[in-house]
Amino acid sequence: MKNRTFFWFILPTLSAMVLFIALPIVSVFIQSLHIEHEQVLVVSESCGPFGCEQTTEVDLEASAALREAQPLGRFNGFATYTNRAHLAFDEIAEAWRTTEDTGAFLRRVFDLPFYKALTFTLTYTAVVTPLVLVLGLAVAVGVNNLPKLLKGPTIFVSLLPFLVTPLVGSLILFWMVDGDGIIGATLQRLTGDPSLSLKASPTLTWIMLMTYGVWHTLPFSFIVFYAGLQTVPRDTLEAAKIDGASKWQSMRYVTVPHLVPLLTFVSLMLLMDNFRVFEPIVSFQSQAHATSLSWIIFNDLRESGNPLYGSAGATSMMTILGVVILLTPVLIRTWRDFNRKAH
Amino acid sequence: MTITTLDPSSSSAAARQMPSALTVISFLLVGLWLVIAAFPFLWTVWGSFKVQADFFSKADWTNALRGTNTIAETGSAFTLRGYEGAWVQEEFWRAALNSCIVVFFTVVISLTFGTLGGYALARSGKQYAFWLLMAALVFRAMPHITLVSGYLLPFFEWNVWGILPTTIIVLVAINQPFTLWMLHSFFLNIPKDMDESAMVDGCTRFQAFRHVIIPVMWPGVITTGLFSFLLAYNDFAVTSMLLSEKNETMIPAIASFLGTTQVEGNVMFAVAAVVSATAPLFVLIMFFQRQIVSGLTAGAVKG
Amino acid sequence: MFLRTTAAAGLMAGLMSTAAFAEAHGPDCGPEGQSIRILASDFPAIHAVVDAAEENCAGQAAEFTRNHTTEARQIMNAALTPDPAEYTSVIVANATLTQLMNDGLVRPLDDLVEKYGDNIQPNLLIKIGGNTMAVAFMANSQHLFVREDILEEAGVEGIPATFDELVDAAEKIRAAGIMEHPLVMNMQTGWNVGETFNLFFLAHGGEFFEPGTAEPTVNSEAGIAALETMARLVEYAHPDHLTQASNETQALWEAGQAALGIMWGSRGSAILDDEGSTSEVTENTVLAAAPSVEPGGVPGATLWWDGITIAKNVSDEEAEATFAALVSGLTSEMVQANNDDAVWLLDGFEPGPAAAGVSATAQGGAKPYPMIPQIGIMHTALGNELVGFLKGEESAEQALADVEAAYRDAAKEAGFLQ
Repeated sequence: MKNRTFFWFILPTLSAMVLFIALPIVSVFIQSLHIEHEQVLVVSESCGPFGCEQTTEVDLEASAALREAQPLGRFNGFATYTNRAHLAFDEIAEAWRTTEDTGAFLRRVFDLPFYKALTFTLTYTAVVTPLVLVLGLAVAVGVNNLPKLLKGPTIFVSLLPFLVTPLVGSLILFWMVDGDGIIGATLQRLTGDPSLSLKASPTLTWIMLMTYGVWHTLPFSFIVFYAGLQTVPRDTLEAAKIDGASKWQSMRYVTVPHLVPLLTFVSLMLLMDNFRVFEPIVSFQSQAHATSLSWIIFNDLRESGNPLYGSAGATSMMTILGVVILLTPVLIRTWRDFNRKAH
Repeated sequence: MTITTLDPSSSSAAARQMPSALTVISFLLVGLWLVIAAFPFLWTVWGSFKVQADFFSKADWTNALRGTNTIAETGSAFTLRGYEGAWVQEEFWRAALNSCIVVFFTVVISLTFGTLGGYALARSGKQYAFWLLMAALVFRAMPHITLVSGYLLPFFEWNVWGILPTTIIVLVAINQPFTLWMLHSFFLNIPKDMDESAMVDGCTRFQAFRHVIIPVMWPGVITTGLFSFLLAYNDFAVTSMLLSEKNETMIPAIASFLGTTQVEGNVMFAVAAVVSATAPLFVLIMFFQRQIVSGLTAGAVKG
Repeated sequence: MFLRTTAAAGLMAGLMSTAAFAEAHGPDCGPEGQSIRILASDFPAIHAVVDAAEENCAGQAAEFTRNHTTEARQIMNAALTPDPAEYTSVIVANATLTQLMNDGLVRPLDDLVEKYGDNIQPNLLIKIGGNTMAVAFMANSQHLFVREDILEEAGVEGIPATFDELVDAAEKIRAAGIMEHPLVMNMQTGWNVGETFNLFFLAHGGEFFEPGTAEPTVNSEAGIAALETMARLVEYAHPDHLTQASNETQALWEAGQAALGIMWGSRGSAILDDEGSTSEVTENTVLAAAPSVEPGGVPGATLWWDGITIAKNVSDEEAEATFAALVSGLTSEMVQANNDDAVWLLDGFEPGPAAAGVSATAQGGAKPYPMIPQIGIMHTALGNELVGFLKGEESAEQALADVEAAYRDAAKEAGFLQ
């Protein structure tokens, strides 16, 4: 395709992405290198319906002058990236110096917000991604073997976890797993432990979040694989059968290899989405036991009153970097495929 | 004597009809999955006709089945209060209407942009096409919440905040990477010869696209469209921050039923709203079920 | 009683000046043909105020728009920054006013109060550094909820007034075998647990910062004492308490699963109404002052108000029309029509049982939620870093040191610390 034609075809999508994603990324990056100008505080008195109190307020005139001189704030380099809320270089060095054994050192490190979040994020990604891939494929194969009449409703039911907005879906599930809820109470009965609580124990909370993750994203991998199964060449399957291959063998040697490219696409998306896990943590109120990188960003932007754009920007940049590192093996594969197809 | 009368062919027929262990396991798995997938939803449908004290009972979950408090409060085991509250009192239909507009335009524009771009990327073969695909991936990695909070100030300054077109464009843009990837792999699967021979016959690239590719691309486009649809339909991060109350879509409206730390909400309105919002999806999926399948068939497989 | 007296005082003032005037001329809506645009949270009491304003003054205005959204706090700073601002008024609370003032986005209201504020009692004016920045109209705070029947059954005399008595009562209920976990508190990790710490911290006489600076002082005796008191109480709370906020604690209460609670006053009327609970629970629920450390000490609560602000980046005429419209809605008729939706600070409010807890707490001398520019950052740090202690993994000192470290980083980034 000529460069010129290519340009016109790609223009709408590219300009949308550049305007609404690429430019913001650049500006977020610049922002993450800066911190706010100094806030000049003055002592004042605040009075209201509940009496008067000594308090402080921002001296707006003095602060405005500083703001005008440096509209972006003060340049801070990568100091935000390395402070305690992020990579925490100083704190780790200090922990290394002052702790006796590795166990104590690691405990100190994983008490730091960024590493605590990273641990859960990576565990979640490592557990949920393969489970969703394998179970999605298994369910797709099963549905593919169903009688035709049943397929349509089955597909709809399978998509349900994906269709109901997590806002309410998780509210209902959150109640269901409560000690007084249907799932929680059933588990208590099954285990014979009336004090069992999925919400109070860190381990059970992690398991609960990952189970939810699998449940919620399985429809995506299912539907893609199910569609992929429709294209497995029938004659190859027949030939395998004639050669005496069992169902399992033809699955293993014919179907799965045929689905490999799809597997790439799905794992790319799943890895990325799982690394950015956020919804389940807030929905299940599990911040006490599990946090993620996206949750840290949410916290910096929404919970601190005036948002901490620098911190949020730094964590966002590191999320992007993390995704790129995670995807590298898949990307190299795509690069080879691309070159093979192009020439 | 029956055993001796069986000839080899009929015994092999019996073997074919006897499901293998693998088939049994896979059916069991599907059955189990269907239960797990459907149960919370069926529970919700049932519970949407109860009062909050039953559906979210802290005393005894079987209240949700028996409707103890529902009977005490309304006189009957089933109540339409949630639906009435959401649709009549809170005028949820306005939000539903806004959702229809947002979803429709988001899907149409996403697909138009994505189809053109995906086609170009699939046919280019130049190195920059690969790097554009990679860039799209990086773009997709950016957490949406950071993007959205960055949009706020410029949108207010340009006076475009709170209206539907802005939200539609933002939803289109942040879902472009996914759309582009999916459609790109779909176009890779349409033989190059088709449009190239048309160009040999004197068509321009666009004419070839228009007359040769468009007629055969629908299955893939519909599949991608389904995902665009779901993303726009279920979006909370963008719509809640960029729309004013007058223009809000269903999901932020549902969120506003939930209340805050200080003030109790109407949770059952939210439950009823969610149940009623799922019904049209059933029709939609039944209608497009064939296309979903045949679309991905032609599309992502060789991606 | 605190609220009764203010209401009565207001009534007197009203009789003397505005009432007769307003009667004769209808509401004074200020300049005509202006655009009035209001941003507010989405709950009934705020709807009532804005409804009244719209009814009175929309006819005179060229435009009257309103946006009630759950995301009001998230969008308001960006919305008021451009000139002209997207909204002419934001209905705020203590914490959110600070958020707007930090960026200098609201205007002093003294001249407008002079002109249109005849029916506003002086104590409703929120004055900061001598300027009126907001006009409050409703109040809220956390306080104690008790089940009298259960206390009686367990042999507890009177309503617990101190934290020691509260622990004692909880222990008696447990020992009597009535409930294993009789206490509910909003301990959900994040904002809620931070707020609960604030209650205990203020009750122990804590100061968040060195006066006049942004230097944190939570890692202090008061801080440690606050955490220890919290730990003694949490012992009697539901095992899932770190995931429980108002929706969960209210549900537990209404299901009869708790006998002592520290919850929001604004949930009082929802708990006492005939929905969601049995008469056994509602008839025996009593709303009382928040407990203190010593008898007669500072109640463990933060007092909140909701009020009116006017945006800075709008024309003076729009500001005037908006203020006049909103103030015209703060009438005793509006209050009477929506009496149970809030603890109103206005004339005509008749405090019912649902307001008893808030007024007793305010009267007991509870502190308002601090209006300090960097309090949001401290609140977030508390909300996230105290969990280690509450899970029993860290000492109180370590947890508070973590809080200060997290606070320092964020405060440096925001420019409060150097």
